[in-house]
Amino acid sequence: MYPQSFEYISPRTLKDAVKFLKEHEGESKILAGGQSLIPILKMRFASFGYLVDIGGLQDLSYIKREGDSIRIGALTRTGEIEESQEIRMNNILLAEAASQVADSQVRNMGTVGGNCVHGDPGNDLPSVMLALDATYKLTGPDGSREVPASSFYKDSYSTDLGDAEILTEITVPVIEHGSGGAYVKHKRRSGDFSIAAVAAYVTINEMGNCGTARIAVTSIGPINFRSKEAEDFLIGKKLSDQNISKAVDLMVDSAEPAADPYGSVSFKKEILRLVGIEAISKATDRALGV
Amino acid sequence: MSTNKIRVTVNNKVYEKEIDSRTLLVDFIREKLGLTGTHVGCDTTNCGACTVLLDGKPVKSCTVLAVQANGKTITTIEGLSHGKELHPLQKAFIDKNGLQCGYCTAGMIMMAHWIIRKNPEATRDEIREAISGNICRCTGYDSIVDSIQEASREMIPEEEEDLVTRQRGR
Repeated sequence: MYPQSFEYISPRTLKDAVKFLKEHEGESKILAGGQSLIPILKMRFASFGYLVDIGGLQDLSYIKREGDSIRIGALTRTGEIEESQEIRMNNILLAEAASQVADSQVRNMGTVGGNCVHGDPGNDLPSVMLALDATYKLTGPDGSREVPASSFYKDSYSTDLGDAEILTEITVPVIEHGSGGAYVKHKRRSGDFSIAAVAAYVTINEMGNCGTARIAVTSIGPINFRSKEAEDFLIGKKLSDQNISKAVDLMVDSAEPAADPYGSVSFKKEILRLVGIEAISKATDRALGV
Repeated sequence: MSTNKIRVTVNNKVYEKEIDSRTLLVDFIREKLGLTGTHVGCDTTNCGACTVLLDGKPVKSCTVLAVQANGKTITTIEGLSHGKELHPLQKAFIDKNGLQCGYCTAGMIMMAHWIIRKNPEATRDEIREAISGNICRCTGYDSIVDSIQEASREMIPEEEEDLVTRQRGR
């Protein structure tokens, strides 16, 4: 299969890339690792006049610890996230999710920025970024702006990213002592998208109860989203099996999965319930240091 | 037709070619370079038959544009043997019946090469997880895992690293 013809541009600097995008707004598309884009082009779901390959911008590939944050260059490959000691030690949620994206070959080519910015609700990392309350740095012709992941996703394949903007950096917190995260994904086949997956992040306060809870959902509905219902229920309560189960019921009740060949609405809700309980329980155990 | 000039090192040999911008890496390798050991299976990023090493790491060459490989080093199945002497992975796949029809084998071996370089003592479960992006419809995978473990005993990681990274960046 071949994509439709396009002109291939490989700018040498971020500035050149943004400039080109501005000059060719509406007819160009950013190419990073290409692991979502190239299949779309090959199947001719979309075509573009210009592909602007930012893969050569090496200074957008890094993982840097700064105080209680980790700054990640958008061009860092998913496989590098998975293998980074810094991330494994200080953000198990992100490491755990990265290792479950597609397969090794795709992770070696695909980038963290691409996974987050593509806007596919089946992608794993957007849910992780929602649960971590990550910040995206978007660089455009008028400089950079920072947007919380929580207000970035608008609809399937539709985000806050402007036509001439590039996601350049993602900032996630270090998961400190007394907090925990987990990503649990249920898929039909190895390497496939999930039927449902949940990213959970919880903190335990000095009373031994839930201080913060951020619970984000993959593959259910048009965008990755946080379940306010589950979060609000958990905050201030003991993270017991019973409370976790009740919170997940609230999440499932408000979820609106679509029936498709992977399953009916009720089947998907049941899967969501199971992965939700497992993710929050695992995050809780990690927060308690169990 | 929009074209680009690319320069790549494939199996220790430098190539400079003017190509249609939309050429996929697998088609570049097979049709422009005539290296037909790399196969096209599903052509949809699922099966892994087209796996090659790009700067030492396995990628699915049906889902990489040849222009993305510009300036990089590629290793294909043809780059593993020394003349007529088979690579330990190739020998092990023969000795341990790691193939039947053989269609997935080139991709499987390139993947295995990376697995062993990363962890020469990978367990059976770790190997199975690592080859989950490579589909085999004949063997049931057991004999493939046997082959990879067998080869890992014969391979010297530093030598193999050198094999896939030499001339990188030139």
